[in-house]
Amino acid sequence: MKTEDLKNSQEYKYGFSTDVENIRAPKGLNEKTIKFISNIKKEPKWMLEWRLKAFNRLKVLKEPDWQKPKYPKIDYQDLYYYSAPKSVSDKPKSLDEIDPKILETYKKLGIPLDEQKRLNGIAVDAVFDSVSVATTFKDELTKKGIIFCSISEAIKKHPDLVKKYLGSVIPLSDHYFATLNSAVFTDGSFVYIPPHTRCPMELSTYFRINASETGQFERTLIIADKGSYVSYLEGCTAPMRDENQLHAANVELVALDDAEIKYSTVQNWYPGDENGVGGIYNFVTKRGACRGKNSKISWTQVETGSAITWKYPSCILQGDNSVGEFYSIAITNNHQKADTGTKMIHLGKNTKSKIISKGISAGKADNMYRGLVEIKNKASNSRNYTQCDSLLMGNKCGAHTIPYIKNNNSTSTIEHEATTTKINEEQLYYCNQRGLDQEEAVSLIVNGFCKEVLQQLPMEFAVEAQKLVAISLEGSVG
Amino acid sequence: MLNIKNLEAKVDNKHILNGLNLDIKPGEVHAIMGPNGSGKSTLANVLSGKNGYETKGEIKFDGQNLSELSTEERAQKGIFLAFQYPLEIPGVNTNIFLKTSLNSVRKARGEKELDTLSFLKIVKEKSSELGIDEKFLSRQLNVGFSGGEKKKNEILQMKILQPKLAILDETDSGLDIDALRIVADGVNSYKNKDNAFLIITHYQRLLDYIKPDFIHVLSKGKIVKTGDAELGVELEKTGYANFI
Ligand SMILES: Nc1ncnc2c1ncn2[C@@H]1O[C@H](COP(=O)(O)OP(=O)(O)O)[C@@H](O)[C@H]1O
Ligand SMILES: [Mg+2]
Repeated sequence: MKTEDLKNSQEYKYGFSTDVENIRAPKGLNEKTIKFISNIKKEPKWMLEWRLKAFNRLKVLKEPDWQKPKYPKIDYQDLYYYSAPKSVSDKPKSLDEIDPKILETYKKLGIPLDEQKRLNGIAVDAVFDSVSVATTFKDELTKKGIIFCSISEAIKKHPDLVKKYLGSVIPLSDHYFATLNSAVFTDGSFVYIPPHTRCPMELSTYFRINASETGQFERTLIIADKGSYVSYLEGCTAPMRDENQLHAANVELVALDDAEIKYSTVQNWYPGDENGVGGIYNFVTKRGACRGKNSKISWTQVETGSAITWKYPSCILQGDNSVGEFYSIAITNNHQKADTGTKMIHLGKNTKSKIISKGISAGKADNMYRGLVEIKNKASNSRNYTQCDSLLMGNKCGAHTIPYIKNNNSTSTIEHEATTTKINEEQLYYCNQRGLDQEEAVSLIVNGFCKEVLQQLPMEFAVEAQKLVAISLEGSVG
Repeated sequence: MLNIKNLEAKVDNKHILNGLNLDIKPGEVHAIMGPNGSGKSTLANVLSGKNGYETKGEIKFDGQNLSELSTEERAQKGIFLAFQYPLEIPGVNTNIFLKTSLNSVRKARGEKELDTLSFLKIVKEKSSELGIDEKFLSRQLNVGFSGGEKKKNEILQMKILQPKLAILDETDSGLDIDALRIVADGVNSYKNKDNAFLIITHYQRLLDYIKPDFIHVLSKGKIVKTGDAELGVELEKTGYANFI
């Protein structure tokens, strides 16, 4: 093995930071900070009141501690809650007004924002620290009545929709991190698809943490009205820093009658170095409500980054015949830890859910699948199928599966399968004998292991995700 | 092409090969026969560079010392092993595996990597020669293949990768008579004056189709007898008892 090459390629590709002048809220979690955020965003009064209500609720909530990965106590008073490049503190009207350094940053990340070079057929909302810096393809979407903008803009321009749906899936007083987010969220994306409309392109948000000592609290709300369809993808990166940075996002999805939302995530936050120093704490609440009959929500996630990943994208299957899906790949290497899975709550009749989870651990990492499937007493003829596969690379990593199952309806069934395998030396040998080097062989075998999940991703991203899977495991066998 | 001198191999302090000598020249077909556990697969694995063996002695391939090369480098230089028990790799499409494999080998030879179209053309041709249905190649590698299908798939890979030295480890075991003929035809049509074969088998019946230049009897990790094709016929009649 050419160690030099390995070193170079193993380095986190997105670890650079951009030197821009920032506007920051003073450090600390208090009413003043919340008012600062609301004020700088020129929010209406109802929004500030909503935030303050969340903040009051937060005072009596405790940080949860039942998760497997433990982390040092976070000093919430020692964090910045708002940081925005000066140049975009007032949202720029056109790309010309955006700091060229930021445009350059997105270019380096492979997300060009300028008009000529935009990604083909993918509309992008780019969030830099606490603000959305640009949304592409807006006009084309507007023609169809589709709203795709930053949540800050939606609060001002579409208050009725926001008031109606914000917090309707993740209530104000949910759990600690979700409530913290409700109090201090800064930006994120908003999507509304009108009835009987098929969104003609992938919608995508790209989150970038740049500033240090700053938490990122993004908020995304997607509403698919009756008979509509949308596919949405988020990607994330952060600079390499030796501090741990907190990312606590809330994502809410609402699917009305016959609507479908496909939500894909490729999470590649900075994972920390090989000794476990630095990296993002990715504590995220994602929840979708299949509110209408025959509605469908499908989560696909490829989690390769972050020091700690702690999230359970969930579906609340309220409408009769609604469908919830969760496809997940969680890769942990070195000292990374992941505690992730899903919750499928069956309320309506004939509701179906499917969970496919692929956990891969290497190095000294720990990977946990934790999932809840609950069939309530009125959810007759409902079905769940769960399959959890773990792949271990080496002897120092761990994999765990904890399924919680509650079935309160005798006409409904829950099925669970789980496997744990070690990466097979014989398979590697077979590949080597056919001329593949160790890295190619691992990539091939692991991508084979993840196939059912990878094929859920939109084409353009499946290829990227495959490469990412290979890169995150480089040097882990050999 | 291949020169083995005094080869010894140990696993977990157990001696498996005990001073084995063998020379193979281009254009030759060598057969190795011997009882179960005599070290045939071990020899194949040591030649192709599998980890876990402690070896002594010398193996030269085209003048180069093999111990300096990793498994994939040996494969790229033209050593191919058709496995006794081909492995299943779930989720990996057979065609994609073949393409990745061929391109690694081509890259190492300084040849241009093939795009999907030109690759499929090659596969189509070679698989039809072996009577392999193309649909079969979009399935997961070896998953759910019958014993015979797995062996045919090994020979297909050999024909695609075009090795200099092909080692066939009991490729005939578990084949019915039709499959055996197809595999033998595959070998015969690939054979030429520049490449060589090392065929490991228990049975004379394969050697009825592929005529070896030499037959070696392996016992307790050593070659105890070498002869021409006639030796196979004799072994078939008398068994190994006379030689070990
Ligand atoms: N990895 C191993 N560990 C211990 N013993 C082994 C190992 N591989 C092979 N052996 C032993 O070495 C001997 C030769 O094995 P093998 O080369 O597979 O024989 P053959 O292919 O001729 O049947 C057998 O006794 C077998 O049990
Ligand atoms: Mg054997």
